[in-house]
Parts: sequence; C-alpha cells; structure tokens
Amino acid sequence: MGSEEANAFDAKDAPKIAGELRESFASGKTRSYEWRTSQLKTILKILDNHEQDMILALRSDLSKPEMESYIQEIAMLKNSCKATLKSLKGWMVPEKAKTSMTTFPSSAEIVSEPLGVILIISAWNYPFYLSIDPVIGAIAAGNAVVLKPSEVSPASSALLAKLLKEYMDTSCVRVVEGAVAETAALLQQKWDKICYTGNGRVGRIVMEAAAKHLTPVLLELGGKSPVVVDSDVNLKFATHAVTFYVKVATRRIIAGKWGCNNGQACISPDYIITTKDFAPKLVDSLKEVLEKFYGKNPLESKDLSRIVNSNHFARLMKLLDEEKVSGKVVHGGERNETDLKIAPTILLDVPRDSLIMTEEIFGPLLPIITVEKVEESYDIINSGPKPLAAYLFTSNEKLKKQFVMTISAGGVVVNDTTIHLAVVTLPFGGVGESGMGAYHGKFSFEAFSHKKAVVYRSFVADAAVRYPPYTKGKLSLLKALVGGSILGIIRALFGWS
Amino acid sequence: MEAVEESLAEARQTLRSGQTRSVAWRKKQLRALFELIHDNEEKIFKALDDDLGKHPTEAYRDEIGVVIKSLDYSLSNIEKWVAPKKSSVPMLFFPAKGEVIPEPLGVILIFSCWNFPFSLALDPLIGAISAGNTVILKPSDQAPACSSFLANTIPLYLDCKAIKVIEGGAETCERLLQQKWEKIFFTGSARVGQIVMTAAAKHLTPVVLELGGKCPTILDSFSNPRDFKVAIKRIVGGKWGPCSGQACIGIDYLLVEEKLASTLIDLLKKIIKRFYGENPKESKSVARIVNKHHFARLRNLLKDPLVAASIVHGGSLDEDSLFIEPTILLDPPLHSEIMTEEIFGPFLPIITLKNIQESIEFINSRPKPLAIYAFTKDETLKKRIISETSSGSVTFNDVMIQFLCETLPFGGVDQSGFGRYHGKYSFDTFSHEKAIMQGSFFPEIEARYPPWTAFKLKFIRLAYRLNYFGLVLLLLGLKR
Repeated sequence: MGSEEANAFDAKDAPKIAGELRESFASGKTRSYEWRTSQLKTILKILDNHEQDMILALRSDLSKPEMESYIQEIAMLKNSCKATLKSLKGWMVPEKAKTSMTTFPSSAEIVSEPLGVILIISAWNYPFYLSIDPVIGAIAAGNAVVLKPSEVSPASSALLAKLLKEYMDTSCVRVVEGAVAETAALLQQKWDKICYTGNGRVGRIVMEAAAKHLTPVLLELGGKSPVVVDSDVNLKFATHAVTFYVKVATRRIIAGKWGCNNGQACISPDYIITTKDFAPKLVDSLKEVLEKFYGKNPLESKDLSRIVNSNHFARLMKLLDEEKVSGKVVHGGERNETDLKIAPTILLDVPRDSLIMTEEIFGPLLPIITVEKVEESYDIINSGPKPLAAYLFTSNEKLKKQFVMTISAGGVVVNDTTIHLAVVTLPFGGVGESGMGAYHGKFSFEAFSHKKAVVYRSFVADAAVRYPPYTKGKLSLLKALVGGSILGIIRALFGWS
Repeated sequence: MEAVEESLAEARQTLRSGQTRSVAWRKKQLRALFELIHDNEEKIFKALDDDLGKHPTEAYRDEIGVVIKSLDYSLSNIEKWVAPKKSSVPMLFFPAKGEVIPEPLGVILIFSCWNFPFSLALDPLIGAISAGNTVILKPSDQAPACSSFLANTIPLYLDCKAIKVIEGGAETCERLLQQKWEKIFFTGSARVGQIVMTAAAKHLTPVVLELGGKCPTILDSFSNPRDFKVAIKRIVGGKWGPCSGQACIGIDYLLVEEKLASTLIDLLKKIIKRFYGENPKESKSVARIVNKHHFARLRNLLKDPLVAASIVHGGSLDEDSLFIEPTILLDPPLHSEIMTEEIFGPFLPIITLKNIQESIEFINSRPKPLAIYAFTKDETLKKRIISETSSGSVTFNDVMIQFLCETLPFGGVDQSGFGRYHGKYSFDTFSHEKAIMQGSFFPEIEARYPPWTAFKLKFIRLAYRLNYFGLVLLLLGLKR
C-alpha cells in the first residue's frame, strides 16, 4: 500500500484543486473547439507513445494479457478518441428547433454548453479505459476535469497521473491519486457533474454527497448480468449445425467471461440460465473450449488475468466455499492464493439463495441455473435487480423479441456477449441498480453538456391577447390559438365567439 | 398513510402486468386527460381562482392551454418516439446490428408545485404516461383546491390502477421518499430538491429537479421607442402576468444602463396602470400570493430599511386578501435578501449598470439561473450572452415563451436543477434507452479468442482501424 499513499494528494488540497480548475474553466479556454481537439489529440499521442507502459502497468496490477490490454483498453480508447474527433464539430453545432404558432414569429435552437468542472472517479478493473473514456467525453463537451483513478490498481493509477500531467493542459485536466479519505475530500467539493464507475454501495455515497450541491451524477455500476442459452435449436438445425451453435455460443460466453479480465468486468456474464436437458451439452462444450483456450493448467496460462488483490480473492473464495455451493463445482475450482490466481470455474445448479447467486460475482466463477423451459428465465432475471447487461443465445426469432421486450437491463446482446461496449453509436449505461445515465460516443458528449434552449423573438406581432386586462374575448382567442384552428382564430379576432 | 404503500404496490403490479407498455393504453390515457380537461374546465378555473386568484384567461394561457398543447404533441408523436432507433456497428462484429429501444422506467413519483398546480402536475404526467410508466402524483398541499380537484377527478378518467394521486403534507412526502421509485420528478425549491435527491440516493433512484433561481432580464437601449415599449409590455406581462411573479421562470430582476432608469420606470408605471388599472387590487388580472407563509416571506424582503427606501412604485401589501401590488425597486443593496434570494413574488428590482455589457459579469457572479431574458438588437451582445453565461434557457426579446415550445428542452443547470422535459424530452426523461445488439453466428472470427498470438493482435489492430485492405493482406498471409 505504501506506494500509492506516497502518491496520494493531500486531502486538505481538495478545495484548492477544485478552485483552480473552476478558475480555469471560468476563463473560457476549455470552450473552444481548438482546445478540445488539441487535448483529444494529445490523448491519442499518449496512447501511441505509451502503449507498452500501459500494458506493463496492467500486467503489474492485474496480470492482464497483452492482447486484452490492447483490445479492451488501448484500442477501445483510440477508437473512442478518433470517433469523437471526427464528429465533434457536428456535435457542437446548435440544433435548430421548430417553434410553435403561439410564439410566432420566433426562431429557436438548442445550444450544447459545457457543464463546468467534472469529477471522474474510475474503477480498477479497466483502469485506463474507464478513466480516459469519460475524460474524452468531458473534454469533448468543453469541461475541465479532475480524474481520480482507483487506488486498487496502483501502477495504472500512477501511470495515468504521470502521463496526463506530462502531456495534458494541467490547468484544466488534473489527475489526483488517493483512496477513501482523498475521495471523501473530493466529494465534499462542489462539481458540475460527477461520473462514478464502481459498485452500488459507493454509488449511493457519491449520489448522497452530490445531493448537497445539487450535482447531477452519472453512475456506472454493475450487477448480475445473465446469459440465457436456448436449447430449442434441434428443431431447426441439422446435427452438425447444432454442434456449431453450441461451439460458437460457448466461445462467445468464454470470451465475455474469462476473456474480460477473468470475469472482473461489469458487463461480464455473471451466470447462465439454460434448460435441464441442454446443460450437460453446454458444460461439456465449455470444458472443451476452456482447455483449448487456456490449456490443461489454466493457473499457468498467460492469457488469463489474476484476481486484483487478496481482499477480492478472499471474497471470491467465500462465494465458492459456501457449504451449499462447494459441491456444485463441475469444472475448475483450482486456486493459488500466493499468485492470486483462480481457474475458470463452472458450477451447476447452485441454490438460488446462495451468496454466489445473490451477489455480483465479479470473478472467474460461472454458475449455471437450469430450468424446464427457457421462458422461466424471465422470472428469474426480473425477480432480481436490473442488470447492466443481459445476453441471449438463440436462433428463435420469437424468443429474441420476447427477451428484448421482457428483460430490463442496461443493454441486451443477442448471440454474443459484451460487444455492445465497443459500439460507440450505442449508449452505454445501467438502469435501476446497475446505474443511471449513459455515455460513449455522442452520448458522452451529451452526458457532459447542458442543453441550453435559446429562443429569438422579434418585436413585431405583439398580440394584445397576452396581456391584461383579461377579457372573455382574449380567452376565446387563446383557446383557438392553442387549438391551432385558423378559423377559430379569425372568429375570435373579430369577436364572433 | 397505508395509502402510500398500497398505492405503490398496486402501481408496481400494474407495471408488471405489462399493460402500460402498449401504445394503445398510453394513447387512451392521454385522450382521457383531454376529456378530463374538456369536461371540467370551469372546475379548474374555479380551483385556480380559489388557490391563487388566477383569472381564467391567465389560467388558460399558463395552465390548461399548456397541457392541451402538450397532450396534442404527445398524441401525434408517440408512435415515432417508441420506435427503435438503428445504430451502426463496427466491422469487427459484422454483420451484427445495433438499435436503441426506449423502455418504461417503472413507477414514477411526481412532486408538483403550487404556483402552476395544474400544468406542473399534468405536463410531467403526460411524459411519464407517454413513456409507458405507472405514476404516483403528489400535488402540492399549498394549492389545496387544485390538489383535491386532481385527486378526485383523475381516478374518474384515467386508469386508476396505474395512475394515482396521493394528497398530503410534509409527512406524506417523507413517507413517499422512503419508498423505492424508478424515477422522481420534482418541481420546487433547491432546499427541498436536496432532500429529495438525498432520499433518492438510498435507492439509487434517478431524479429530475426542476428548481428556480433569480432569472435576470437584460434590457438594452433601443433607437426605436416603439421597440422599447414592446419590450416593457413584455416585461410587465412576464413579471406580473404569470401568477403575480410566483413563477420559476418569471423575471426576478432587471439590468439596465443608468441613463435609462428614469424613462424605464415611467414607462413601467404607465403600462402597469394600463394593464391593471388605478387600483390593481380590484383588477382581476393579477393573481394573489398563495398563502400567509409566503406573504410573510415577501413582506420580510421589504423590511430592510435600505430596501424599503428603494421602492419607486407600489409597495402596498394587504394581508387579508393576500394581495401585493406590483412593486418596483430601484437599486436595492446587492447584499440584501431581495437580491440574494429568489423573489418569487411581485417585486421587481431594477439594477443599474454603467454599461449593459457589465450584465454578463453580474450574472456570472451569481448561481446559474433557470432562464435569462435579454431585450436587445445588438448581435454581439446576444452572442456574448449565449456563449459566456450559463442558464437553463435564454430568450431574446420576450419572456417565458421558451416554456411553450415543445421542441425545446425545459430544465435548469447547476442550482436551477438538472434533467429536462417537454415534448420528446419528457418521453426521454421517463424512458430507459436500452441498447440492443444482435449478433449472428456467421462469420466467426478466430482472432477474437485466446490463446492470443501476434497474428491475432495484428488482426485486431487492423479491424479497429477499419483497414479492409490490410485485413485481406493479413488473411492471405501477405502482410507482416
């Protein structure tokens, strides 16, 4: 713990930092298109110049495989940054709005203006992506930003602090390192928006602190994201096609679960629901593909992240070693406490009231719940809090439609997992317990902008009807105006009604 | 008090049944609201007169008319709003398709306010219904006639298993805030807004806070006296017209150049007289103060002798009829309460500046208001106001009409609140935008899966860069 404490800022400085950034924002420099694009280009430069440093930091914090670090953090950020640079000019143009007859003649537009100074508190599991992606949105919208990376991934936090300080305009973009005390000090300050990625418990604390200053919040939380695997494929497919379906589904589940930071991702599949007769097929396939991907001894595999720290390791062990759960392991279960490694582990038919089925797993354990009919999954999912993502594998169009309509989740993916995160044209965010507010691409720009309504009026056509003294005739005219009936307006103007 | 839990349980059950999701149900409720207004217009006028002494013309302009327009707009656009929106998807996942589907959030709690007890209750309700939610509406107990009208009439017209009205005071509010909602929509003061948001945090409930603030009006000089007169008419109409200044987007104070002050005051007096007669108290065209509490609050604003000395017109208060005359003050001290607190009543302070350009700095040194009004023909000043100040909305050369445009988002920023509504924005406010992606099983790209190799890394790099040519070369083994 020593190193991050050494880097932490002094909590007493929180008001000073907020004050400095507010002053920079007030100077208006962050509002120009040039400032925004220059900072975004600088982020691209950081990503280009320091790819290896980031990969090393991620290896140190999480033993994250290079490929994962590249695809899920660096490439995603580059993509996001480039997409933003490409579209920013268009986003900044005021949007024309139609005005109504009642206010004729007038014109109106909606101007996107920066909110002010944004506080971003990010998470340890994707320390670069979850830090810089909201920073991209906040800068694109013309705000000043304070970023507080997670102290749980200290190497990444330190690298972020170092790189942003070295490259970015530090009068407007600041990284502060620290843990609970420092975060609490930051939360006491007044911000114009707080973006928090993490868990619901801290999310509540953040929102309550924000309430004191009437600060809007964007909360990116998690939840138990289910994967429903339909078994009703036999009817449509020939045997070899069924095998293919099972194989593809399996691979995509594995890629989303263990291929995403070893399950330590907010949109990772948390559990599977499938039918009783299909479960054995799925388990066999999972075992086979897991071995192909990670070898006979996955604890040795370089392609799997480790558990972030001993707290989380202990938490996961508690889920796995609960009495009614430990006997349900059908694959994996190996662990190495010194290396903080847990092998991909599959559990079949765990009781619904067990810890592993009531808490977000956030690790390499994958329980499978079996049902008679796949439709029963709706009740199981809807009886819990709304998840951040819900996944369905099926070839049945009717089931797809039903699932999309019935299941409420931040996002829904059919026949794949986690890939919606990479689509900048889709809003990313939770609902209910999985959070509030959405970002990515244009949605980020909007999350960090205020939509200011602007109306231009001229001095002609000043209808007396608006002004007192009020009379019956004015009332009729107003009714006609609101109703939009030309005849009614004429009648009222001539005093005929 | 059981009413709270019972109503919520029933609303939740109705939501779960899924019936509120059908567009037919939503439209039926909106049409029922139309009917409600149509059948009960006189009763609504009566309730607004009882609570606030609003003239029917004012009541129609600011309340019934607003709701009818909003209903019309929702009814004719709802099909368009509920339709899924397509999104483009990167090549790596080809041929997947992405779309965004708006879905109802769940059970919504609406706290409305007493100054526009009808429109501020029904306008958000229209949005919540359009988005397919069930709703509990808690009207303000400070407008009791309207509150009981809504509580008695809504169940007769709307689906009472889905839309409920709960009446009550602070205790009821507290009870309501202990429950879990999927969204809380609050219109009122910043102080209560903080309480609402703090309570919402416990359940991670998103909130919309429609608050107020001191809305400034910048009045530039005009070369054409006719324009100046129109400006003053609009200012008088905008200050004392809507609920006698008890409006969140009403004018709070005026900013003018020193040299203009005396002409301005003369003209204001003249137009006030024309609109409201020699004795405004007798005129039926100015609303009264809502209750004794607010009357006392307003009276206190004038207590400061320096403030009292700054009165240049009006200033008479009649406690029995809760009537306060349209009152103008010239340069009251800036640190006095009348210039630090939202006035929310018929007092109009005029603050004089050497140069009208100083108004930008004046506004920026105070919390962000819900609206800024500016009467000017100076395009540079207009540009400066838009880009250098921040507020919920800006209206040039008129007052309050931004509220009537369904195509504009209505809402505050900073201390004037957050979240927005009206028209499509209401629909969005009460919807969750669910991202949907549909993958297909073909083609299955090996590079997505471990074990990781240098080839796969190269592939992903190219795919992200959308380098089709490079990808083909790589796949053919021609690229290294």
